[in-house]
Amino acid sequence: MKKLISAPYLLWMAVFIIIPLIMVAYFAFTTTDGAFTLDNLAAVSQYSNIFIRSIWLAAIATVICLIISYPLALILARIDKSYQSTVLMIVMLPMWMNFLLRTYAWMTLLGNNGLINAFFGLFGLGPFKMLNTQGAVVLGMVYNYLPFMILPLYNVLAKLDKSVIEAAQDLGCNNTKTLIKVIVPLSMPGIMSGITMVFVPAISTFIISRMLGGGSNLLIGDLIEMQFLGNSYNPNLGAAISLVLMVIILLIMTILNQFDEDDDRVLM
Amino acid sequence: MKKFLLALTALSVALMCGCSHIEEYEEDIETTEDEVEIQTVNVSNKDYYSRFKGQDISINVYNWGEYIPDGSEEGILNVNEEFTKLTGIKVNYSTYATNEELYAKLKGGASTYDIIIPSDYMISRMIKENMLEPIDMSEIPNFSNIMEKFRDPEYDPGSKYSVPYTWGTVGIIYDKTVVDEEDIGWDILWDEDYAGSILMFDNPRDAFAIAENLLGYSLNTEDSEELRKAAEKLKEQKKVIQAYVMDEIFDKMGAGEAIIAPYYAGDAVMLMDEFEDLDFVIPESGTNLFIDAVCIPKGCRNKEAAEMYINFLCEPDVAYAVADYIGYSTPNQATFEMLDDEVKEDGISYPDDDFIEEKTTVFCNLSDEANLEMQTLWTEMKSSEEQTPNRVIVPAFMAICVIASLVILIRRYIKKKKDIF
Repeated sequence: MKKLISAPYLLWMAVFIIIPLIMVAYFAFTTTDGAFTLDNLAAVSQYSNIFIRSIWLAAIATVICLIISYPLALILARIDKSYQSTVLMIVMLPMWMNFLLRTYAWMTLLGNNGLINAFFGLFGLGPFKMLNTQGAVVLGMVYNYLPFMILPLYNVLAKLDKSVIEAAQDLGCNNTKTLIKVIVPLSMPGIMSGITMVFVPAISTFIISRMLGGGSNLLIGDLIEMQFLGNSYNPNLGAAISLVLMVIILLIMTILNQFDEDDDRVLM
Repeated sequence: MKKFLLALTALSVALMCGCSHIEEYEEDIETTEDEVEIQTVNVSNKDYYSRFKGQDISINVYNWGEYIPDGSEEGILNVNEEFTKLTGIKVNYSTYATNEELYAKLKGGASTYDIIIPSDYMISRMIKENMLEPIDMSEIPNFSNIMEKFRDPEYDPGSKYSVPYTWGTVGIIYDKTVVDEEDIGWDILWDEDYAGSILMFDNPRDAFAIAENLLGYSLNTEDSEELRKAAEKLKEQKKVIQAYVMDEIFDKMGAGEAIIAPYYAGDAVMLMDEFEDLDFVIPESGTNLFIDAVCIPKGCRNKEAAEMYINFLCEPDVAYAVADYIGYSTPNQATFEMLDDEVKEDGISYPDDDFIEEKTTVFCNLSDEANLEMQTLWTEMKSSEEQTPNRVIVPAFMAICVIASLVILIRRYIKKKKDIF
């Protein structure tokens, strides 16, 4: 019975996840004629600075998301239930709008003649160069993926047992200590899934860097896109870059997960 | 809560600002609109078009976005609908953004199209890779409308596979209130006086063509050394470039965000209609002439209906509606004669024949090696940075990962020992 119920998903997984993954691997290790080669993977190394930039910018965006989201989620979990849904809705509100449109809007906000610089202009400041910088790319990432960080954090914190916190306070913990020793470790699963949900799309994004980075801050996503829709049609190299990207993400996630388990042990 | 209200007010103010802009914009369009008369189609031979009536045939047309009059505004012809009315053939219409996207889609083989409209170099590549169906010109009587100079092009010798749809040149759009110079040439795109206000093509072929033009190379060069020199020229340019863009040019030039940008003549005409400060110049030293032509890909299901569609596009009235709507130049002699003298003579859409003959080059397909090299050089150029602070980051990042892992392992090990006792 159990097997029957899971059949649709298993089928889905096989057709749309497993087989495409195998095909990515196959393309990565073959030439256009289908012969085995390692050249594609070797060719990826010449783009190492793009990889580094992507990891770096995605990491910054993730950290900023975490710093913004954690206090918000904490407050959100504590306030009156009737406000909670309203605030959550406001958090989700931008996501009802199309992703491209949201990013496009930032272009007009950040530009030299944009709203923000016009505002600074009133005080005789600027104009500051904000668009077409790495900072703008990070901003785009933070803006677009922030809800993905807030929601898992809020979920975990809202379900946190109040008696645990009370117990900590009873045993003489001040507020800071309660936060560091009890709340943060208990919310570790939420932090982990938040980091995953922000970092992974941020590292592989491509349109944000093109629109806000002015096309000269290439990220891995752009690089992969260029292999398929660029001057030379090269799906093999594209597959190899994707494969390397997946391995890097896997590696980073494994390292992060070590913290997770570690803290579980502390609690036990 | 107060803070949220504040934020909301700020948001609505921002939105209102945005809205008022849009309204102004619409008004602009309407005023130009009034001058346009409602377009009608008179076809030369009605019998020709009635062959497939009542047979419930449909054709799949795959075209560039915004590249056919679609009746979206009043007074503008809906070409596909007119065609269906005339012939009874249904048109399934879809769009793509770049030649490369079209190529990838056809190469993927997932879909069948009857009509595609690639550009010159892509046509020669597709011919080479046997992706196009030869067109039977006897089925297209209106081919005789096509100007002599666009028949038998280099990319398709003998015009066996393609019928020109539109053409144009690449030039420089600039803000004439800021740029007060005569003889604007390609080197203005390298001018440090305008640093930070210059836009550049975000596709290697067009960008390399500009650099090659400046260096005096052929725009179709496959020479590795020349490509490398062109890439170096582009790298030199990077510090004055505000952004690498394609259609974002419309917004950025319109909003005064940028001052100088190379782009296609047809789009420049549209921009200049909307914004009076903008002007367009085709550098004397020469430029690229592009031709988009209608082709029938291999695997099309109804070739005769497709040819009928091509013939319909070559009707003077239809080609006029196309040229009027998208602003690109027409290769159709009969249509050209219908144009206002003003358009014919302003030198933007229709530069004189001598200039076209001597100074413009049509892109040809490059060899796979040259394409690959150009792509690699382009990626390298775009990802290069003047300030290289990132060198430390990788080792640092890796070191942090390793140290973190070690710390965790050691802590675990110690804890395990404690647990045992």
